[in-house]
Amino acid sequence: MSVNKLGKFAVIGLSAAWIAGCSTTATDTDSSTVAEDANSAANTDSAYGAGQDSAMTSVIVEDKDTGMDSLAGVETVFYFDFDKSIVRPESREALAKHAAYLVSNPDARVVLEGHADERGTREYNMALGERRAKAISRYLTIQGVAASQIETVSFGEEVPVAFGHDSNAWQLNRRVEVRYE
Amino acid sequence: MMFKKWLSILFTCLVFVSSARAQLVIEITSGADQLLPIAIVPFGYTGMDALPEDVAQIVEDDLARSGLFKPVPRANMLSMPTKQEDVFYRDWRLLKSDYVVIGTVQKLPNSQYRIGFELLNVLSEKPVERHNSIDVSARNLRDAAHYISDKVYELLTGSRGAFSTRILYVTAEGDRKSPLFKLQVADADGHRPQVIVESKEPILSPSWSMDGRSIAYVMFRNRRPNIYTQELATGRRQQIAQFRGLNGAPSWSPDGKKLALVLSKDDNPEIYTLDIATQKLERMTNHYAIDTEPSWEPDGKGIIFTSDRGGNPQIYRLDVNSKQVERVTFEGELNTRARMTPDGRFLVTVQKNDGNYHIALQDMKTGRVQTLTETYLDESPSIAPNGSMVMYATTYQGKGILAVVSVDGLVKYRIPSAEGDVREPSWSPYFK
Repeated sequence: MSVNKLGKFAVIGLSAAWIAGCSTTATDTDSSTVAEDANSAANTDSAYGAGQDSAMTSVIVEDKDTGMDSLAGVETVFYFDFDKSIVRPESREALAKHAAYLVSNPDARVVLEGHADERGTREYNMALGERRAKAISRYLTIQGVAASQIETVSFGEEVPVAFGHDSNAWQLNRRVEVRYE
Repeated sequence: MMFKKWLSILFTCLVFVSSARAQLVIEITSGADQLLPIAIVPFGYTGMDALPEDVAQIVEDDLARSGLFKPVPRANMLSMPTKQEDVFYRDWRLLKSDYVVIGTVQKLPNSQYRIGFELLNVLSEKPVERHNSIDVSARNLRDAAHYISDKVYELLTGSRGAFSTRILYVTAEGDRKSPLFKLQVADADGHRPQVIVESKEPILSPSWSMDGRSIAYVMFRNRRPNIYTQELATGRRQQIAQFRGLNGAPSWSPDGKKLALVLSKDDNPEIYTLDIATQKLERMTNHYAIDTEPSWEPDGKGIIFTSDRGGNPQIYRLDVNSKQVERVTFEGELNTRARMTPDGRFLVTVQKNDGNYHIALQDMKTGRVQTLTETYLDESPSIAPNGSMVMYATTYQGKGILAVVSVDGLVKYRIPSAEGDVREPSWSPYFK
C-alpha cells in the first residue's frame, strides 16, 4: 500500500451528540460522507459504553479501490481512562480486525497516534500518549502483527478533538487513532 | 518650647532616616501594607514631535508589577519636576512617597533619544542615583525604561531586577480544529512580541540557553516530534533530535554545553544528555516508568525530572556523575515539571490536589510545601532569573493565558493575552 493511495481511504469521525446539535464536528472529515453515514455511525456509537453518551467513533469507510474491505466499518479511534493506558474490553473486537488485516497484508504500515486530555503537564502527556499508543501496539503484536508494521507516535495534549473543559471533552481526547500509511 | 518642637522633629527625622536605610533591602514578605511608596514623575521632553513611549509610565508599571512598590498616581502629584532643583521635597512627604524618580528625554540630532534620570530620597532629601545619558533609538525606548526600572529596583531592594528580561511562549490561533502554532518572544511585560517560528503542526517546550542567545523547542513535522535549537539573532535553526518515538523536553545545561532531553527510541521515555559540540548522546535514566521533563539544577550537578516509577508522577533528582536517582517530592497526589530557583533554595512544581492542578513551592532545606496559585489547570511554571517571580500557564474564561505569582505567593497578576490560547512561558536568563 503506497502513501499516494491515502486519499482513497475516507476515515470518518462523528459523534451522535455532536450531530444532534453541536456545531463542532469531529476529526478531518468529508462532510458529505458524514451526512450519509450518520445513522450507521450513531449505531456503532452505542457500542461505546463507559458512561459517555458522546463518545466519538471514527470508522473506515468501505471503498472498492483500497483493498481494505475487511476493515470497512471498523473503528479507528480507541479511548482510555484518565491517566491510564489499558486497552478497554470494548476496543478488542475492532483491534482484532486491524490485527487480522495487518497480518494478512504484511506490507501494510500503521501509525498509532496517542493523545491525552488537557490536564497535567504537556511533556508528561506526551509520554502518556505514547504509553497508550504502545498499549494498542502490544495488543496488535500479540495477535501476530510484525512490530516493523507499527509505528507509535504521541501528540500529547496538543491536538484535541473536543474543546470543552469537562469530563466529556476529556474522554474524547484520551485516545489512540489508528492511521494507515 | 519652639526649640523642643524642632528637636522632636529632628529626632523623628533621624529615626525615619535610619529606618529608611534599613528598608533599602526589603524582605520579600511584602504584604499589601508594606509596599514601598515611590513617585515616578512624567519625564520632561523637549522634542517637537510626539515621544513614541511614555518612559516614566513603563517604569511605573514595572515597579508596580513587582509587587514591592506602590507608585503615587500621577493625578495626585502636586508638582511634576524634571530637575533636582525643582523638587520640593515637602510635596512628596505630603504624599507619603519615600522616593521620587525624575527624568528627561531629549531628541538628539541623529534621531536618537537621550534619557537622564535621578532617584531621590525624600526623607534624606538627597539623590540616591543619577544617570545622565542613556542613548537609544525610538524602538529601544522601552529597553531604556526597563533599564531604569532595574536600577531603581536593585538600589531599593538589594536584589537584581528582571525587567529587561524576555519571555518565550507558544500561541495557538485561529480555527481550534486546525490552529496555527506560533513560537513567540516578547519583553517580560508582554510588549513587543515577535514570531520566531510558526507551523500548522504543534510547537511545545521552548527553553533558553543560559546566555540567552539560543533557544530549543519541540516542533512536529510530518506528524512526528523533532527537537530544534535556534539562534535568536541569526534565526539559524538546527534539528538536533529526530529519533523514532518521543523527542521532547529539551533543557540547556548551565554551562551551555549540553542539552537534557527525552527520547523513547529505546522503548520508553528516558532522560538523555546531548553534548552539543561532539553530538554524543548519553542515556541518564534506565527505568520502565515514564521519565520526562528534565531540568538542570543551577550548579549543573543534578537534573530534576518527573517520573511515575513510584506509581504516581513525582519529582526525582538525578546525579549527573553517578546517575543515582532519589525522590524529591512527597506531598500532593502528584508533582510534575519541576523548576529550581537560581539560588537552589526552592523547587517549583505543578502539583495535583483534590483534582486541582496548582503551582506549588517546596523549600529544599525544610521540605515545607506551599501552594502558590488558585487558578485553573495551572502548568508550565518558569522562574524569573532573580528568583522573585514564577510565570505559568493557566486557563481563564476557557482560554489559555499566562499569569505570574511571586515566590512568596503574595503578588499575583495576569499577562494581557493576545488572540488565541497562550501557553508554555519560558522566562529568559539575564542577557549578557
